[in-house]
Amino acid sequence: MKLTNEEKTAAIETSLRVLSNYNQEKGSLIPTLQQIQNELGYVPSPAMEVVAEHFNVMKVDVYSIVTFYNQFRLTPPGKNQVKVCMGTACHMRGGNIIMDSWKRRLEIDCGETSEDREFSLDRVACVGCCTQAPVTLINDEIHAKVTPTRVEGLLYAYQLDKDKENKKAGEDN
Amino acid sequence: MGKKINLTIDGKKIQAMEGDKILWAALENDIYIPHLCAMKEQQQSPFAGCRLCFIEIEGKPRPVAACTEPALEGMVVNTRSESIDRLVEAGFNLIMSNHHIDCKNCAASGACELQKIAKERKIRLKPKKLVQLDMNLPKDHSKDCIIYDPNKCVLCGRCVTACRTEGTAVLGLAYRGFERMVTTFGDIPLGETECSGCGSCANVCPAGALIQTNK
Ligand code: SF4
Ligand code: SF4
Ligand code: FES
Ligand code: FES
Repeated sequence: MKLTNEEKTAAIETSLRVLSNYNQEKGSLIPTLQQIQNELGYVPSPAMEVVAEHFNVMKVDVYSIVTFYNQFRLTPPGKNQVKVCMGTACHMRGGNIIMDSWKRRLEIDCGETSEDREFSLDRVACVGCCTQAPVTLINDEIHAKVTPTRVEGLLYAYQLDKDKENKKAGEDN
Repeated sequence: MGKKINLTIDGKKIQAMEGDKILWAALENDIYIPHLCAMKEQQQSPFAGCRLCFIEIEGKPRPVAACTEPALEGMVVNTRSESIDRLVEAGFNLIMSNHHIDCKNCAASGACELQKIAKERKIRLKPKKLVQLDMNLPKDHSKDCIIYDPNKCVLCGRCVTACRTEGTAVLGLAYRGFERMVTTFGDIPLGETECSGCGSCANVCPAGALIQTNK
């Protein structure tokens, strides 16, 4: 995914600031990455490069760490974060079909963010309401017994909200 | 170090340098032990990830990896037994279950370590009881002298080591589980990295995943 110039600058500035609190001890590598992720919501390539240089390791090794742990994101989180539950119950109730619907409709893969940064798509494991399976979270709001048609409906509702907002913004100006 | 010692492998009396790993002592004496990840230059810190080089040492209760076990004076080693063969076959089957087998069109055919293991241990290349997983990942042709086919990679890690010692350290292992793969920073094609095209990765690849073309 291509980062905007603002995103790149933010990545480098944040990384340098975070790193200024750490020495070159390799044990601090993961905590640094975690802090960058906390502040930016993800760990972009320019950040990984700055981190690699600071700790004097190969940048591909930092990439190796970031891709190994699920807790790290490689793409910026969307304004709306769609999380499809893939826990056992949801999986049994067709969670993968729901995931596929989201992928198709948002035109992004799991773990990605749409070009306009409106949506990001992720998988989560059991969110604790298995009786409602299959479940999708949108910005921490739970949507139960999701079907492909429901995915369409949720997106339509979102579009309506957005249009309303735009109109309001237009009137305010 | 540098002291010669005597040991017995499969009934054959051989000599080795003290501290050398049994794998290398055996190979140098024409005793074949299946192995994918070991590199002699790295024998002091072996990767030991392929789990194919199992042997039995008299007096030890369990099979051990030949690439990590130092040769000692008077040792008695067996490279074949029912349980060793079973272990090796199981490990080999697992590796081959997500290897894109296509020997007919593979540039490595003939010099391939996988074919060699299959032949030496009389194991089928294509495992019978396991479902074949083909990730169908795109090949990387971006560098004119190297072709990388991730579908043939057995994750032995040798190219990563070679790239660091002789190349420009662009290769690494990333992701995990079924997705684990040899790749570059940000998964960018080799042709767009600092890869010097030295070919040391292809030189050590035991399979047909990294191939040097003579362009
Ligand atoms: S790497 Fe070896 S086993 Fe695999 S297709 Fe090529 S020759 Fe066959
Ligand atoms: S590309 Fe070849 S050398 Fe590198 S890890 Fe895969 S099989 Fe081993
Ligand atoms: S498995 Fe999805 S909520 Fe429990
Ligand atoms: S050669 Fe010993 S574990 Fe790979």
